[in-house]
Amino acid sequence: MSASETAGGGPTSEEYIRHHLTNLTYGRFDNGEWGFAHGPEDIAEMGFYSLNVDTIFWSLTLGFVFLAIFILAARRAAKGVPGHLQNMCEYAVEFVEDNITQIFGSRPNPVIGPLSLTILVWVFLMNLMDLVPVDLIPHAAQLAGIPYFKVVPTTDPNATLGMSFSIFLLVLYYNFKIHGPINFALSKFTHPIPHWGMYWFNFILETVDMLAKPLSHGLRLFGNLYAGEMIFILIALLPFWAQWTLSLPWAIFHILIIGLQAFVFMILTIVYLSQAHETDEH
Amino acid sequence: MEQSLIYIAGALMMGLGAIGSGVGIGILSGKYLEGVARQPELRPMLMTQLFMSLALVDAIPIIALGFSLYVIFS
Repeated sequence: MSASETAGGGPTSEEYIRHHLTNLTYGRFDNGEWGFAHGPEDIAEMGFYSLNVDTIFWSLTLGFVFLAIFILAARRAAKGVPGHLQNMCEYAVEFVEDNITQIFGSRPNPVIGPLSLTILVWVFLMNLMDLVPVDLIPHAAQLAGIPYFKVVPTTDPNATLGMSFSIFLLVLYYNFKIHGPINFALSKFTHPIPHWGMYWFNFILETVDMLAKPLSHGLRLFGNLYAGEMIFILIALLPFWAQWTLSLPWAIFHILIIGLQAFVFMILTIVYLSQAHETDEH
Repeated sequence: MEQSLIYIAGALMMGLGAIGSGVGIGILSGKYLEGVARQPELRPMLMTQLFMSLALVDAIPIIALGFSLYVIFS
């Protein structure tokens, strides 16, 4: 494999891939000063006290894009024949509503509807950044003097795990609210095998189960998008005449993954929340 | 030496993950076809469920793939 597009003094393919996988990091150096990292050594030096500025920037921007689209559609909502924008937004809202009534039922809950809609559209928009050509924005940023710029927020585990653990906190909140903290703690001991001799076993099983849910929830989204982005980067390393033939089919296939992952992330959110609302013992 | 161990670890992660999910997706799609053959009118509903469970089965090898690329390249 050779980095053909940067012949003569350009980065090797390894450097190229690493460059694309490095976040723009703002953090605290060992001497107590705060600043942007200029290489992997700086990021390793910062350790915990660092922020991935590009992830935050793109996720917030896309969040505002989502809000702007939906607010615009709501303001312009017409009584007669709806326009394209309104149709699209209504389709998203109805899709989410259908899924919630199927899985969650019709329990009164003020959070789950807006939450699911936000997750669906926001994650979809964040995934959609994967279809932007891999070099376009990072190269433009480099010309503007920004050393690293990762465009897809969902290829950063911090973003996906942040979302999944926020949902986990919400699940814990509803468990506490509906079952009460004592019942909730007891159910961790008595659940699969209701015999006092097996309580320790139940506890291990339930704890692993409880922690595996948010982990797999976030890592699924991260893994899918990371692998997809990686393959785009690997294709970008090929000679220019081979890129079109590989990049196009992968991009078309990737549209499926993008939508599917946003959908699955939303469905799992609804499923976890409805599990927290189950009151009948089984 | 260390780098080659990392490559082997990544290859094992990708390969072993793919074996299990290959079997799983095969069974899943086969059952879906059986279900559609029995009751063709349920196809849209089964299709949604199929995609959802496909994404769930897909998760493990994809996570493994993501992690193996992660350990190889960073």
